[in-house]
Amino acid sequence: MANFKKATSIGDWFDQRLGTKKIEKIMASEYWIPKNINFLWAMGMVLAITFKLLLISGIFLMMYYKPDVDLAFDSVNYTIMAEVGYGWLWRHIHAVAASVIFLIVYIHMFTAIYYGSYKQGREMIWISGMLLFVTFSAEAFSGYMLPWGQMSYWAGMVITNIFEGFSPEIAGGMLNAPGLVEWLRGDFVPGDAFLTRFYMLHVLLLPLAILGLIGLHFGALRIPHVNNQDGEDIDFEVESKKYLAGDTKGSKVMRFQFDFLSKDIFVLGVFLTFFFYLVFYHFTFALDPVNLDPANGLKTPAHIYPEWYFLWSYEVLRPFAKDPGLVAFMFAQVAFFLIPFLDRSPNVAPANKRGLFAIWFWVMLVDMIVLTIMGKLPPEGIFNVIGGVAVWTFLGLFIALPIITMLEKKK
Amino acid sequence: MAVEKERRNFLGFALGGFTAIGSIAALGAMKRTWDPLPSVKAAGFTTVDLSTMEEDVLNVEKWRGKPIFILKKGPNDEENERDVIVNGSRFHISIGLCTHLGCIPAYKPADKNFLCACHGGTFNLSGEATKLPPEKALLIPPFKLDGTKLVIGEEGSEYKALKAANLLT
Amino acid sequence: MKKKKLDKELIILGVVVFFSLVIYLGVETYAHSVMHKTVESEKYEYKDLAALSKTGDAVRGKELVTGAGACTGCHGIESQGMPAPMDALSAAGAYGVNPPDLGLSGVLYEEKFLAELIKNPTKALKVEHKFSADSPHPMPGFAGAGGDLDQEVADMVAYLKSIAPAEYTNKQAFENACARCHDMRYMKMSGLGDTPKFKFEKDTLAHKIKILEYKDHLSAYMGSTPPDLSTIIVARSGSFLTTFIENPQSHKEGTAMPRVGLTEEGATKVMGYLTESGDPAKDARNSLGWKVVLFFIIFTVLAYLWKQSVWRKLH
Repeated sequence: MANFKKATSIGDWFDQRLGTKKIEKIMASEYWIPKNINFLWAMGMVLAITFKLLLISGIFLMMYYKPDVDLAFDSVNYTIMAEVGYGWLWRHIHAVAASVIFLIVYIHMFTAIYYGSYKQGREMIWISGMLLFVTFSAEAFSGYMLPWGQMSYWAGMVITNIFEGFSPEIAGGMLNAPGLVEWLRGDFVPGDAFLTRFYMLHVLLLPLAILGLIGLHFGALRIPHVNNQDGEDIDFEVESKKYLAGDTKGSKVMRFQFDFLSKDIFVLGVFLTFFFYLVFYHFTFALDPVNLDPANGLKTPAHIYPEWYFLWSYEVLRPFAKDPGLVAFMFAQVAFFLIPFLDRSPNVAPANKRGLFAIWFWVMLVDMIVLTIMGKLPPEGIFNVIGGVAVWTFLGLFIALPIITMLEKKK
Repeated sequence: MAVEKERRNFLGFALGGFTAIGSIAALGAMKRTWDPLPSVKAAGFTTVDLSTMEEDVLNVEKWRGKPIFILKKGPNDEENERDVIVNGSRFHISIGLCTHLGCIPAYKPADKNFLCACHGGTFNLSGEATKLPPEKALLIPPFKLDGTKLVIGEEGSEYKALKAANLLT
Repeated sequence: MKKKKLDKELIILGVVVFFSLVIYLGVETYAHSVMHKTVESEKYEYKDLAALSKTGDAVRGKELVTGAGACTGCHGIESQGMPAPMDALSAAGAYGVNPPDLGLSGVLYEEKFLAELIKNPTKALKVEHKFSADSPHPMPGFAGAGGDLDQEVADMVAYLKSIAPAEYTNKQAFENACARCHDMRYMKMSGLGDTPKFKFEKDTLAHKIKILEYKDHLSAYMGSTPPDLSTIIVARSGSFLTTFIENPQSHKEGTAMPRVGLTEEGATKVMGYLTESGDPAKDARNSLGWKVVLFFIIFTVLAYLWKQSVWRKLH
């Protein structure tokens, strides 16, 4: 039994039992963050808050949503949108947040790539982050099935059909999986079983996985510390002592709470102003009209397309025939995981100080955007040509990365 | 330095307070989401035609998910202040839920009473409790008379009179 | 030092905003312009139809509508005490679709359209691709009662205008112009009118069966089942709906949906009803929106001031 003394305050009572003072130091007041950062460093907080918005709006939607092919569409578009007090507000928040969170995710990812925040001890932050990206993608896809509109149904049909590629011909009889598509769906076509299993994934399993991965992501960040704009290898021991001694202006670091947090909150304010403007006044990009037609298995809409954040990987599989397309698609998902290992240079520095890597970065960014836009356009004429070039560029960039980084001069 | 710290704390509190106001508004919206839906509130009225009812035959209607007992009394059945008189006939109208713990009492025409199977309580044909555990009479729901039509869910003059005389339960 | 840092952050912000806008404009604005063709609105002028050449007399018009014109043989005029000769379901069985009540026609539909409709329904409705001499439209054209056809038609239109009410609701507009073919389950409306609330399940099911039978007649007549319009206002763009209602052939060549012939006011009321069903929170959204955005603007200002005061010790 530990030595328990009479508590001097409420804080002291909790500290004696839970070690709260130490937790507070590690997580907040003595979590040292470099001063040399910009607003892009706040994207993590923006993501956490947007995820919170999704959780809360999701909770209220769950109160009235009916996961049944005959009831789902009207439970959303009538009950929630017309009958439930502020139901329309939760739905708008949920749809807009689900779309905007991917914009922030991509900004966050490319910030990490630009500043080299994925190497020299930070590999697990990158890997846990990429796992979060994949899990969020699954969460978004499963959520999109739930309103059971035309796009829900046909996206479900198309994406599960991709797995038809796992046939004896491609795997030489080893992956003999006739009926894999039907097994995934729980039926011959996307139907009630399909809907309810994606409901389970969306509402329970994937959110639990996300929460666990967020814990891992934060944990992976704590020991290597946050990176800074110049990639400088800061001696956190020395700098934090300076700060605590009173030299807050001279020290290269600052406290997470409230120094870094105060800037985080300001950036959050800017983001939320923009976000709620979209929620109330400009939301069709997140509430696509095609999905406001009830699902009809006997009528394919004139245009089917995934949500914008999937378009780049959708485009990657388009130039190829079905089976090689599936391989290219799989490669696209995995490729980003490998960046810490493909980048052979030990330099932690912003891209503009890394010679050829700067070119590599901007080409990659522009290429992803071209892939995204081409993914939305009909696969015909000039769009096919541009798309094809963009896909081969994408594949080529990953092959080029180890080469150009091996040639990089050490800092 | 102290002034700076004061200013910092003041601004921090201002921000915190402003955020709290927003949070309260958000909680208000969440409360409204939990409210019963308009379609549920609108389903709160049931209309019954009394003219076709037979004596000593119990009619059970549904109102707000609850059973409503409507019993047309015969000439031999005792009169009671709680009776509702329509066109010279006496009716007993009540919510058919035992006032003990809410089970539905069974109508026993031979014994001229209602017997609750859960704990053996009984009520007479006017809904008054005649055997424990229930002590209070079967609750009379808000009702309005429209000729020979009974509208359950609206407070008519007869209901208000019963309420004023403390005869509802 | 601080100014340089601020400039750098603004440049970074500029880069982020620029690329985000490029994605948005490419994926939404540009791609949608490629996927959907733009059709110019005619603004309810019905240029292909001739204007009325004669001034109509409502009294003579009434005689024609109820007499030689034989309109009331199929069409009811409830407001003038003339009920429809058949109930909706039987009418649909006989003609394929339920002939509309004429009480609202004078104010809901354009007079040019009405005049042409009386003389030549297939031309006015733009369904010449569906009907011909061999398979005629269920509504016969009016060939005249012996006098000047244009004068007689003008008289009939004048009569319809004289009995039309000054004011009418969004619901009445929709009911007359659209509900005979399109259900609105969110507004509890079908081709048979408002769906009543029944006490007994048997009656609820009986009504549902009647609606299905009505729809069978309608699909046989149209070739396919006209869709329920409960969410159409958010499932299509505003410009699509306006131009589609003006002239269905402009978007879907060969479609069985007739041109409706609405006046601008009528069309506005129909769209209003579609909005009541598919976008009922519109007003609430607009009235709450600016308050929430304003809240966050103030929040951001307060957050900035606080951040400034916290960082004073760090610079």
